[in-house]
Amino acid sequence: METIILFAPLVGAIICGFGWKFIGETAAQWVATGLLFLACLLSWIVFISFDGVTQSIPVLRFIESGSLATEWAFRLDRLTAIMLIVVTTVSALVHLYSFGYMDNDPQWKEGESYKPRFFAYLSFFTFAMLMLVTSDNLVQMFFGWEGVGVASYLLIGFYYRKPSANAAAMKAFIVNRVGDFGFALGIFALFFLVDSINFADVFAAAPVLAETHVTFLWTEWNAAELVAFLLFVGAMGKSAQLLLHTWLPDAMEGPTPVSALIHAATMVTAGVFLVCRMSPVMEFAPNATMFITVIGATTAFFAATVGLVQTDIKRVIAYSTCSQLGYMFVAAGVGMYSAAMFHLFTHAFFKALLFLGAGSVIHAMHHEQEMPNYGGLRKKIPYTYWAMMIGTLAITGVGIPLTTIGFAGFLSKDAIIESAYAGGSAYGFWLLVIAAGMTSFYSWRLIFLTFFGEPRGDKHTHDHAHESPMVMLIPLGVLSLGAVFAGMIWYGQFFGHADKVGKFYGIPVAEMAAHGDTTSHGASGDDHVTDDGHGDDSHATDGHADDGHGADAGHGEHHAGFVGKPGEGALYFAPDNTVLDDAHAAPKWVKVSPFIAMLIGLAISYWFYIVNPTIPARLAENQRPLYLFLKNKWYFDEIYNVIFVKPAVAIGRFFWKRGDGNTIDGFLNGVAMGVVPFFTRLAGKAQSGYIFTYAFWMVLGIAALVTWMTIGGGAH
Amino acid sequence: MSVFAFYLFALSAITGGLFTVISRQPVHSVLWLILTFISAAGLFVLLGAEFVAMLLIIVYVGAVAVLFLFVVMMLDVDFAELKAEMARYMPLALLIGLVILMQFVMAYGSWESAHAADSLRAQVVPTDKHNTEALGAIIYDQYFLLFQLAGLILLVAMIGAIVLTLRHRQNIKRQDILAQMYRDPAKAMQLKDVKPGQGL
Amino acid sequence: MISTDLTIILPEIVLAVYAMLALVVAVYTKKDGLAGALIWTTAALMVVLAGWIATGAGGTNLAFGGMFVDDGFSRFAKVAILLSAACVLVMSQDFMARRDFLRFEYPLLVALSAVGMMMMVSAGDLMSLYMGLELQSLALYVVAAMRRDSVRSTEAGLKYFVLGALSSGLLLYGASLVYGFSGTTLFSGIIQTTQHGEVSLGLLFGLIFLISGLAFKVSAVPFHMWTPDVYEGSPTPVTAFFATAPKVAAMGLFARVLHDAFGGAVADWQQVIVLLSVMSMFLGAVAAIGQHDIKRLMAYSSIAHMGYALIGLAAGTEAGVKAMLMYMAIYVTMNVGTFAFILMMERDGQPVTNIDALRQYAKREPGKALAVLILMFSLAGVPPMLGFFAKLGVWQAGVQAGLIWLVVASAVASAIGAFYYLRIVFYMYFGEDTDSQLDSNNSPVLWGALMASAALMLIGVFYQFGVEGAAAAAAATLVN
Repeated sequence: METIILFAPLVGAIICGFGWKFIGETAAQWVATGLLFLACLLSWIVFISFDGVTQSIPVLRFIESGSLATEWAFRLDRLTAIMLIVVTTVSALVHLYSFGYMDNDPQWKEGESYKPRFFAYLSFFTFAMLMLVTSDNLVQMFFGWEGVGVASYLLIGFYYRKPSANAAAMKAFIVNRVGDFGFALGIFALFFLVDSINFADVFAAAPVLAETHVTFLWTEWNAAELVAFLLFVGAMGKSAQLLLHTWLPDAMEGPTPVSALIHAATMVTAGVFLVCRMSPVMEFAPNATMFITVIGATTAFFAATVGLVQTDIKRVIAYSTCSQLGYMFVAAGVGMYSAAMFHLFTHAFFKALLFLGAGSVIHAMHHEQEMPNYGGLRKKIPYTYWAMMIGTLAITGVGIPLTTIGFAGFLSKDAIIESAYAGGSAYGFWLLVIAAGMTSFYSWRLIFLTFFGEPRGDKHTHDHAHESPMVMLIPLGVLSLGAVFAGMIWYGQFFGHADKVGKFYGIPVAEMAAHGDTTSHGASGDDHVTDDGHGDDSHATDGHADDGHGADAGHGEHHAGFVGKPGEGALYFAPDNTVLDDAHAAPKWVKVSPFIAMLIGLAISYWFYIVNPTIPARLAENQRPLYLFLKNKWYFDEIYNVIFVKPAVAIGRFFWKRGDGNTIDGFLNGVAMGVVPFFTRLAGKAQSGYIFTYAFWMVLGIAALVTWMTIGGGAH
Repeated sequence: MSVFAFYLFALSAITGGLFTVISRQPVHSVLWLILTFISAAGLFVLLGAEFVAMLLIIVYVGAVAVLFLFVVMMLDVDFAELKAEMARYMPLALLIGLVILMQFVMAYGSWESAHAADSLRAQVVPTDKHNTEALGAIIYDQYFLLFQLAGLILLVAMIGAIVLTLRHRQNIKRQDILAQMYRDPAKAMQLKDVKPGQGL
Repeated sequence: MISTDLTIILPEIVLAVYAMLALVVAVYTKKDGLAGALIWTTAALMVVLAGWIATGAGGTNLAFGGMFVDDGFSRFAKVAILLSAACVLVMSQDFMARRDFLRFEYPLLVALSAVGMMMMVSAGDLMSLYMGLELQSLALYVVAAMRRDSVRSTEAGLKYFVLGALSSGLLLYGASLVYGFSGTTLFSGIIQTTQHGEVSLGLLFGLIFLISGLAFKVSAVPFHMWTPDVYEGSPTPVTAFFATAPKVAAMGLFARVLHDAFGGAVADWQQVIVLLSVMSMFLGAVAAIGQHDIKRLMAYSSIAHMGYALIGLAAGTEAGVKAMLMYMAIYVTMNVGTFAFILMMERDGQPVTNIDALRQYAKREPGKALAVLILMFSLAGVPPMLGFFAKLGVWQAGVQAGLIWLVVASAVASAIGAFYYLRIVFYMYFGEDTDSQLDSNNSPVLWGALMASAALMLIGVFYQFGVEGAAAAAAATLVN
């Protein structure tokens, strides 16, 4: 079944990409889509029936070279299961959605065949993404990692007649190279240190890594820190974290379904997935995880500020994605991997929903993407409006504070903010709360600008605005369900009580007696041995629990700690990692703060865009430098252009023109067109046709050989 | 005495060879060649291989050289022209010849055959057998294989000569002696009585 | 005693007796009318003999006092010689018959030549070496001039004959020097004199003259000059024959002399072989570039290929001999296919040898063009064709023997040489169209040979039909 999930998209891609000429365009698209729905169905079956025990299902022999030996195998654990449903569900819905969206695309002339190509790319992307998430070892993961990179490149540049799309595709690919370089170095380092790239071996060796030191770049590093850092660099590239984020907004040049699938729901979360997957290593690298937290929080903040002033509807959502990814990294950084996965999971639904909704708007508005040209679309496209509304409610985190009732984003985002607080990262906590306020502001700004107020822009376009076809609305509906309920249904599994989380992820859990009973380990029978080895942690857990226990109403009876060894279960929590309990025990003001921030953002947004729409313009005028700073995305692109791009282009041009053109080509051409023909003519001339010439050469040869032998033979 | 004879024959062999190459008239060349053969035969006699010596005289001088003479005399080859062409290469050729010669002098000057060579070398003149008898024993016994192969080579040479020269031209009247002999006048001739002034 | 000797050379006797009997039968019956049948029976007999030799008893047997050696090495070479000769023979029938010079002597001369080659690779004595060589050569001189009405063919035969005589003279001179300095003509005796102590200069001179004579037969530079003219002038089937079996025989003889007789003086002859090899590779690569006649081109190609094969010999090791044998086996297979194609090249019933005629060939004959593409790639040594692995084998042997510069030089030469092979492919696939198109000659024999050869270039990479093992065993018997 797992094999079918993995290969169904590949088969779809091949049939659709190469076979459409034989079976027709529409049939090809349906084959690809049908196969993905099959994969999606099977994924849900796997997810629901999965019992939490890690399995490894070999597919075929992959690499055997010296001590580098690995199989192409399917690692099935909870992380994989989560990613499976995320990837296949969103992908299947996007496939369906694309039937409507890609129909009569104005980028293509009449009679040009582009749809099978698009579907084939989508399916190929899905296959690569599944390769990534199901991998059993780092090399296989890297294979999928690069596969999604290629698919992303192809899809961003899908409108290859647009120079901007080509540039964006290249930018995405090249910026990702930087991250991939880090990732590759991380893999090399692990292989160098552990002599294996299989997850099982790497995880088992994690505690040893923490004690090892290696020299890298003339500096002594702790091995675990180094590996964690390098892997995170890879994750930064793929997940568009600060410094390597510049490609993501530009990637919006691709068709909107692509943005929804790749640049919102799946591929960009690969970095988060990588960090969670490598949790056993991360747990031994406190400095690296601190770095992750800082980068994540800064990204969340930075992207939110930029999102405030963008006018392109897709760019707003793109920055929102960037910001939300920052949230996930903060969660992973403070050690609350399950919260990161939770947000990844819910985010996939509501962000895909928002993107597809935006796509629906763009479709309705004849590929107009500038929000200042929208307005008052509520009536014209009611279904889209409600879908976007649900998405916005989800992303801004609407719910009833202090309960577990609310939209998906409410539960997952709050979980992260609480974790950030509990993880002791004040920097992360405050930035995230502020970012939550800004998220609320720009999300509502999007809604107000698009659906409320007077129609602006081209009147003709507004007159012809129309609701999207059913194939586009059904995915919106399905995703809306996810955006509403995904958080509430799975809250317990992702961020509930430790034993529930432990069961979900297949992590052994040791139950603790009620607080105060500090001497008792209170381990459940079968975990006794493990628990003995971690005697300290129950003390620590209990000690921490003491601090905030009074504030936590829901978890009074008993405590549980994660006691698995690295590699046991899908995630690994170090014995001293008590963030989960601490987060549950966070003060009430902490728990309410994101909600307050959301309300403030909503209020300001309402005031700016409904009550008094002149304010934003005046504000932009008054605070021009700040506005321009934000509008130009903190000038990252400009700085990079000066520091990296220009010199790189100059060096490249130098090597191309001087090195390759003049030196290498010049040399080879000189040899090929000058020297060799000279000798050819010479040889032709020697071949006179006269016997005595030939005989003469033979005698000459003999004479030369004999002379040589006389001189050389004298040495004997 | 035999030393004197050796040097006489050796010198005349070398002189003959030299003049074979450099003499202007091809006929002279062949005659010089005959001198060389005869000198070589003399050397064989000195070695005690009189059978081979006689063979050399009969076959080479008697047959081959005479054949050469006929060929040279019948072929109309402008040797002067060929020589002129070769003259261009003469200086270089001489130089190379000189170099090779000097090297051979070096090699032969210090004639040192391998250690095992003496034991390996077959006895030149068998003591217990008659010369011709020994030759026969070698050719038909020890070197039986080579003898047969030589036969095959000659066969190939013969086939080659026939293949390359014998022509079966079509549309040519050939003399068929048998047909001539069996010709029956009765069938071949017809007697007609031609009346004057009438014709047939 | 004589009966054991005769048993050992039985295959040679059978072939020689067959040739003589067939000669008598043909002369006394229908003469040239029998030629076609004789070609097939000769080829069939050769295949049978090859099978017999290949499956016969192993071990090393000496006959005639060591003058004839029947060992794994000679058996490998003989099988290659017989099979390639048989292939080329059947390929030539159609071509010769249609041009009216199919004479019954042709298959018999080829058969006698094959007997000579078998003698060569089994030679254990300088005299039997010379006898085999002359038997082989004489037959070749005749078949080169076979087409008497063609001036070029006659000229080719004459050139080959005169230069061949010169090379025989060199060889004989070398043989007499060797005899003079070592006291024996038996290889087993010569090796005793070279094994311990230093090798005298005179013996080395003899060795060099021997090598020169042999280098003429394998057409190694600077003894190659006859090759282009003879290849071009001879009738194409004869050229095909020149390019295959005699090359194997000469290379086998070369290896036998160097290892069996002068195995103790590897360091002395190694440098000579290296020199010959380098010069052959570069001349073959460079000179062929100017050629537009495909037969001349194949002549230079064979010069270059002999250069590569000589690398294996230059290594002076068992691995080197094995690589050389593999190289020759693969080379012969490639050449059979290529010449099958050249034999098919004709326009209005006349043979065409200019490669310009191949322009746009792929459009008209995609199947054959693909086969030729594979063969050309293989000849050029482009992976994954078998020709690449042939080169790889000799390179590995060369590197193991420390001849790294030779290997590097050969890689450069092979890159230069790739030009003219690829040019043929270029003409076939991308050349500008010409008015004069080649006929679509579909002789089943030629077509089969071309396709089989091309297929082997691909299949051989995965499965070598036990050739590699046989080559390794053959090399082991020669070097040890």
